[in-house]
Amino acid sequence: MATKSLARQQMLGRLFIYSALLLLALYYLMPLWVMVTTSLKPLDEIYSGSFIGLPQAITFEAWSKAWSGACIGTECTGLRPYFVNSIMMVVPAVLLSTGLGALNGYVLTKWRFKGANLVFGMMLFGCFLPYQAVILPMAQVLGRLGLSGSIPGLVLVHTVYGICFTSLFFRNYFITIPDELTKAAQIDGAGFFRIFLSIMLPAALPIIVVSCIWQFTQVWNDFLFGVSFTSGSDTPITVALNNIVNVTTGRKQYNVDMASAMIAAIPTLLVYVVAGRYFVRGLTAGAVKG
Amino acid sequence: MATLDINRVRKAYGNLEVLKEVNISVGDGEFLVLLGPSGCGKSTLLNIIAGLEDITGGEVLIGNRVVNDLPPKDRDIAMVFQSYALYPTMTVRQNIEFGMKIRGIPAEERAKATNAAAEMLQMTGLLDRKPSQLSGGQRQRVAMGRAIVRHPDLFLFDEPLSNLDAKLRVDMRTEIKRLHQRLGTTIVYVTHDQIEAMTLATKVAVMKGGVVQHFGPPQEVYDRPANTYVARFVGSPAMNIIPGRLLASDGVPTVAFDTPQGEAVVRGVPLSAETAHRFAGRDVLVGIRPEHFGLDPCGTVPVGVDVVEPTGPDTLIVFAAGGTEVVARLEPFDAQVGRQERFSVKAEKVVLFDPATETRLD
Amino acid sequence: MTDISQSAAVPGTAPQRPAATLSARLARWLPRLVMAPSFLVVLIGVYLFIAWTLWISLSSSAMLPRYDFVGLEQYVRLWNTPRWHTAVINLFLFTGLFLGVTIALGLLMAILLDQNIRAEGVLRTVYLYPMALSFIVTGTAWKWVLNPELGVEKVVQSWGWDTFAFDWITRPETAIYCVVIAAVWQSTGFAMAIFLAGLRGIDSSIIKAAQIEGASLPRIYASIIVPLLRPAFLSVIVLLSYISIKSFDLVLALTNAGPGGSTEMPSTFMFAYTFQRNQMGVGAASAIMMLMTVAAIIIPYLYSELREDTHGH
Repeated sequence: MATKSLARQQMLGRLFIYSALLLLALYYLMPLWVMVTTSLKPLDEIYSGSFIGLPQAITFEAWSKAWSGACIGTECTGLRPYFVNSIMMVVPAVLLSTGLGALNGYVLTKWRFKGANLVFGMMLFGCFLPYQAVILPMAQVLGRLGLSGSIPGLVLVHTVYGICFTSLFFRNYFITIPDELTKAAQIDGAGFFRIFLSIMLPAALPIIVVSCIWQFTQVWNDFLFGVSFTSGSDTPITVALNNIVNVTTGRKQYNVDMASAMIAAIPTLLVYVVAGRYFVRGLTAGAVKG
Repeated sequence: MATLDINRVRKAYGNLEVLKEVNISVGDGEFLVLLGPSGCGKSTLLNIIAGLEDITGGEVLIGNRVVNDLPPKDRDIAMVFQSYALYPTMTVRQNIEFGMKIRGIPAEERAKATNAAAEMLQMTGLLDRKPSQLSGGQRQRVAMGRAIVRHPDLFLFDEPLSNLDAKLRVDMRTEIKRLHQRLGTTIVYVTHDQIEAMTLATKVAVMKGGVVQHFGPPQEVYDRPANTYVARFVGSPAMNIIPGRLLASDGVPTVAFDTPQGEAVVRGVPLSAETAHRFAGRDVLVGIRPEHFGLDPCGTVPVGVDVVEPTGPDTLIVFAAGGTEVVARLEPFDAQVGRQERFSVKAEKVVLFDPATETRLD
Repeated sequence: MTDISQSAAVPGTAPQRPAATLSARLARWLPRLVMAPSFLVVLIGVYLFIAWTLWISLSSSAMLPRYDFVGLEQYVRLWNTPRWHTAVINLFLFTGLFLGVTIALGLLMAILLDQNIRAEGVLRTVYLYPMALSFIVTGTAWKWVLNPELGVEKVVQSWGWDTFAFDWITRPETAIYCVVIAAVWQSTGFAMAIFLAGLRGIDSSIIKAAQIEGASLPRIYASIIVPLLRPAFLSVIVLLSYISIKSFDLVLALTNAGPGGSTEMPSTFMFAYTFQRNQMGVGAASAIMMLMTVAAIIIPYLYSELREDTHGH
């Protein structure tokens, strides 16, 4: 009898755990569900009050409008050119910051010099910088460099502040690779760059992925720099999305809003689904021992 | 010719001096072991020889050439590390060939050298594996192979056996010894294991606190240790250091120490007449190796047996003398705790130390 | 001590000493040279720019930067601005609620997930995906969900609960809670991930020992495991505080600091005064206030983390 009630109690406990987890999962999925279904509904259906249900008739009209027809300001180009802007910004920014971060991490761990800790500490604080404290001077400098309002300008900005994160990633990774490895390579006759390219980089594949994914999400999702330093047709997709959503004239096209939000979200969501493990590693890197 | 001369080498990190005026010289083909506990500066010294660390003062000469300012790659050395330091993303073959590749040696020659080394170390079947697929002993072999193919003037070993289990360690020790005999290259070998030092070295430098305590052939280090530190560090069980006194002599140096059972007297210890005269009637430290005691009904050392530890080939007897615990290694006999015995001592093997400086008296 | 050592002293065979070549000296400086550009841009982009902003905050800059010195005038103006008061009050309200709810929910999720759950991988993915979204996307989605005419309110009413009201987003006194809801939704997965990593790092024999002592599971969690998560708590608190201080995009997308400026935050205040209201000096002063708040939290944290780090090696 006693064992039976114990088993029952345990089963009830499991039931509670699973239902709590399931409920939470529904809560987290709900906004995504609403976004997707709304984007597939015709506008009339939305206004007639279908919020949570499946669309009665699936239509991709809102998606095509969001992609190539929605008006941002006076331009009715849809999100496409801004999507391209974001790509043009993300790719070089990710490559530059990851490359430089790898070099920095390598120097900081394997070629320690006097003051290396201070340099690292200064970079580390850069990870936690509230960017509001630098946007004014940055706007001035970009103007003087002739880069204001342009995508190359944003690439520069994202590289500068991205270096702080990527250096942290690579530093914390390379510190786990034994110093004896670089010593052995030195005795083998390899120089600074040879050791980096032949020994360190091949061993650093996981952290390269982490760094690229982190930078990709950060740069793609950025809004503050985009809205501060660019305008008109030069803005990245997040700024364009915000402009579409905040159009106040006429009947609000919620389905187009949601399709636009989905378009802006898909690249990072895709990366997350494909390489979630690496994404989480980047996310928690700031928490696990600087 | 690859001699190695270390002249007045100093190393300091800020105010922390880790090497203080180290002097060591070995000839071509010698096997030098740097022996000491962790933190004694032996690995720092090895890194300085390799060129992996800057030198604060003094000179390092390899083959009569000052190498202070030469980078490691120009010193004609090869090194085997404690963690083996195999490049994790390369196969065994690529690991071994990496150094040659950098030096621009043609592929054909590289392959020949690699195959020869692999054969010598019996690891031909492992060449296409990655380091992560190898056992500890196999990694050790690869690390050695990587060093061998370079045909260096000087081999450096940094505690190469300390990550292996006991059985493998003994095997690899023999392997290293055989390698040295076959190649005849000068070797510098760092370890904290005195048995490795004794079995491998032609010269041992016992270090402590950044200072070489004793530099000489292993047998000399064992028989005539320069101070009580070396005496205790080399040999297992360690040399017994018993507080005693030098008797006013009649020409034959004689020492005495007390046991609870009476006074022990040892006549004829090696000591110069001059020192014997100087220390006559004064306290000295009497150093006796465990194996230099013998069971002898007519012995001059009265002993009460405290502990009996049979090891198989011999039996260790622990007794009290001079206020410390003393260990004797004897042929197995029917030893009983609490019984009184008499031991003799090989007087000619006794080493005396100055109680004030703890250095050897000659 | 050996014969060989004398050879160095024999005249004529004096050792030759190769001088340090130029390339050798270059090699010594190479690592520093490689790092120099990165360090330089960080030095400029972070520290010089902070100093620059500080200067502007001490000047009379309005529409354009002016490099004079008016002391703390801009700070006085800032603190005399009612809108800034709203922003500061909102920041504290928001940070308190956001941290409290996120930590409680994140910890609960981590503990539940740590009970040998079947579909743990899938659930973790579901809980964490909002972190991959831009705050702008999150804001857009939640703005729609919280829409009183067509969103959740209407759904619940259509289920038969006619009097159900959920129009927080349109009311100035409650709109800030909507920002909290969206922020919690986005960040709980992050807290969960860190707590889960902490839980996985706890030696399971401790739990077994406590079970043998007869402690119940909730008891074990309350008195043994949660105290062991201290470092995880510290990390979560610090990182979430940082997120909340700089949160800008979310507020902008969700409420646009409205209705009527009721969800103003220091970040939106700074942006509005700097770029839209041509009061650069006040904007800079508010940025410096934000920076000081962040620094007060982050620097001790980094200091302690780095110190432990050097002890570890």
